[in-house]
Amino acid sequence: MNEVLKVPTMAQYMAEGKQPEVLFWVGCAGSFDDRAKKITKAFAKLLNRCQVDFAVLGTEEGCTGDPAKRAGNEFLFQMQALMNIQVLDGYEVKKIVTTCPHCFNTLKNEYPELGGSYEVMHHTQFLKALLNEGRLKVEGGMFKGKRITYHDPCYLGRANNEYEAPRDLLRKLEVELVEMKRCKSRGLCCGAGGAQMFKEPEKGNKDINIERTEEALETEPTIIAAGCPFCNTMMTDGVKAKEKENDIQVMDVAEMIANAADL
Amino acid sequence: MDYLPNIIFLLILGVGIGYFTKNIRIVIRNIKLGLEVDASDHRKERWNNVIRIALGQSKMVVRPVSGFMHLIVYVGFVIINIEVLEIIIDGIFGTHRIFSFLGGFYGFLIGCFELLAALVFIAVIVFWVRRNVLKLARFWKPEMKGWPKKDADFILYFEMVLMTLFLVMNATDVHFQAMNNGNWVSQFIAVAFEGVSVNSLHQIERTSWWLHIIGILVFLNYLYYSKHLHILLAFPNVYFGRVNPTGQFKNLASVTKEVKLMMDPAADPYAAPPEGAEAPAKFGASDVADLSQIQLLNAYTCTECGRCTSECPANQTGKKLSPRKIMMDTRDRLEEVGKNIDKNGSFQPDGKQLLDDYITREELWACTTCNACVEACPVSIDPLSIIMDMRQYLVMEQSAAPNELNVTMTNIENNAAPWPFNQMDRANWINES
Ligand code: SF4
Ligand code: SF4
Repeated sequence: MNEVLKVPTMAQYMAEGKQPEVLFWVGCAGSFDDRAKKITKAFAKLLNRCQVDFAVLGTEEGCTGDPAKRAGNEFLFQMQALMNIQVLDGYEVKKIVTTCPHCFNTLKNEYPELGGSYEVMHHTQFLKALLNEGRLKVEGGMFKGKRITYHDPCYLGRANNEYEAPRDLLRKLEVELVEMKRCKSRGLCCGAGGAQMFKEPEKGNKDINIERTEEALETEPTIIAAGCPFCNTMMTDGVKAKEKENDIQVMDVAEMIANAADL
Repeated sequence: MDYLPNIIFLLILGVGIGYFTKNIRIVIRNIKLGLEVDASDHRKERWNNVIRIALGQSKMVVRPVSGFMHLIVYVGFVIINIEVLEIIIDGIFGTHRIFSFLGGFYGFLIGCFELLAALVFIAVIVFWVRRNVLKLARFWKPEMKGWPKKDADFILYFEMVLMTLFLVMNATDVHFQAMNNGNWVSQFIAVAFEGVSVNSLHQIERTSWWLHIIGILVFLNYLYYSKHLHILLAFPNVYFGRVNPTGQFKNLASVTKEVKLMMDPAADPYAAPPEGAEAPAKFGASDVADLSQIQLLNAYTCTECGRCTSECPANQTGKKLSPRKIMMDTRDRLEEVGKNIDKNGSFQPDGKQLLDDYITREELWACTTCNACVEACPVSIDPLSIIMDMRQYLVMEQSAAPNELNVTMTNIENNAAPWPFNQMDRANWINES
């Protein structure tokens, strides 16, 4: 219980003349947002537990530029991208895993054309691979039999066609997985994408995260599972607005696995 | 011999096809006002998409009721049009049912046509009821007021009339009914004409025949003015549709050049541009000519079905944004620009543009880039790409982002995160408990 986190940086690896198996791209939310940091740690603990040889960039990591690009600022995006690519290439990074679908999408799809080609995985895909290789053991534990609904992040689901890895992991937790009316390719956005996270919404009759939370609540879950720090924030706010925070938790799939393993 | 009907037929056919060709030329010219894009990649995947999405209607059946009904109308439309071949040959040479020498096979063909005609008739009534009695929400959004609403209804009436004419024509064809070969549906309609003289029957049959072929030509020419252009354009549009992951937004090459220069320590930032350098590119889109040819083709292809809008999270929560409206506005503006060119020989500034005069900033900033619209579109249209291009114009040409986003972007620029945290604190989480 509560082992000390071992999170080496690429610089340390380099100093020892070693290459890690994979780079963990933490992302801005994962580095700074209090809620998202918990997801970051849960994932790092899992990596430690599975003895994955990984490193982070630490202070050398910078925003991928996703919010700038979706806001229309291609300049700023490409500046960030080229700087990050310089750093990544400097360390000869080959494989990246990230807990943020926005970072995942940008690194995987938009960096190659700018000269940065890496094998990029979302953390649910990575955990699924560890599971398949027998390095990760997932058991139901505290979640066994619980009603859980999973919210598809747009940038993992529709944008990159990954619907099954997170669901497979949840099934491994022996939960009762209930789908919302709009799920998978027709899943409703949480309202954070396209730089909306950083601005007030336009005038309307409802906030998108409330609409989505209501839909999630219809499935009467005990936990709303997510795979994105921004979705997590939006859904958590939604649950609070509905005054359900005492009954329903919003958790990242990685957090659930770490909790089940008592990490 | 009296050749008058043959001559009249040829004239009508000529005018019908000629006028249609003229309008299609306009469509092609207007699409070419857009920027060229290289779509020579992913050939195999593109053809696969055409077969699956356009021919196979795979995205239509996501909504089973309308998908199934549409399938009937689509199959009916394609197959019944084989009959038009016979009508044209008969019309030109003054023959009657030239293919009837095929005997039993002919009967089988016509029987299928009749059956499909009846099914199409029923499907079209279901469509009409969905629009006008059940009033499905997506058909009653603000952008569907006026012409778009009428257009949709016209097409339904048109199909009803055409199918009726086809069946009546067969029912009143004494010779055809006597053959009792393929009159699967029309024999029941023929009952209604019992007691009518052979001469009158012949009159009705001829009238239906003429109205049927004239109707088809009118319909053909109506396409250009209608959302129904999709029956032709859906195929090329799907071919040119997205083949990359939908999350992958294009990187502006013009920006890459400038950013690389800025980051190159050897470059002299004050150096004069080299002789003969191209004029600096305009970033993003404020009017139709800044969009790509594929985006303009998208606009002409849009069926105004509203599947995109009904899946859009912004629209569902009462925001002004409607991806369908983005496509309709683009087409309307493109038509306006086209008419301007027709009138003046070349485009004369009219003090209008797509941005603000058609699509407002409020709509553009409401988008979450969730790709629900792209996923929903049955004919592979990408409304999101137009929204993004227009945002780029607002931000890079006009510095007109909403204030909070300017703050976000300044943060990213200064400390590599959208919030005002110090980059040096990025790894603090490791040691926090
Ligand atoms: S990408 Fe934008 S326009 Fe399309 S559905 Fe999502 S929010 Fe609506
Ligand atoms: S863009 Fe596609 S989904 Fe939207 S109205 Fe047009 S055809 Fe329908």
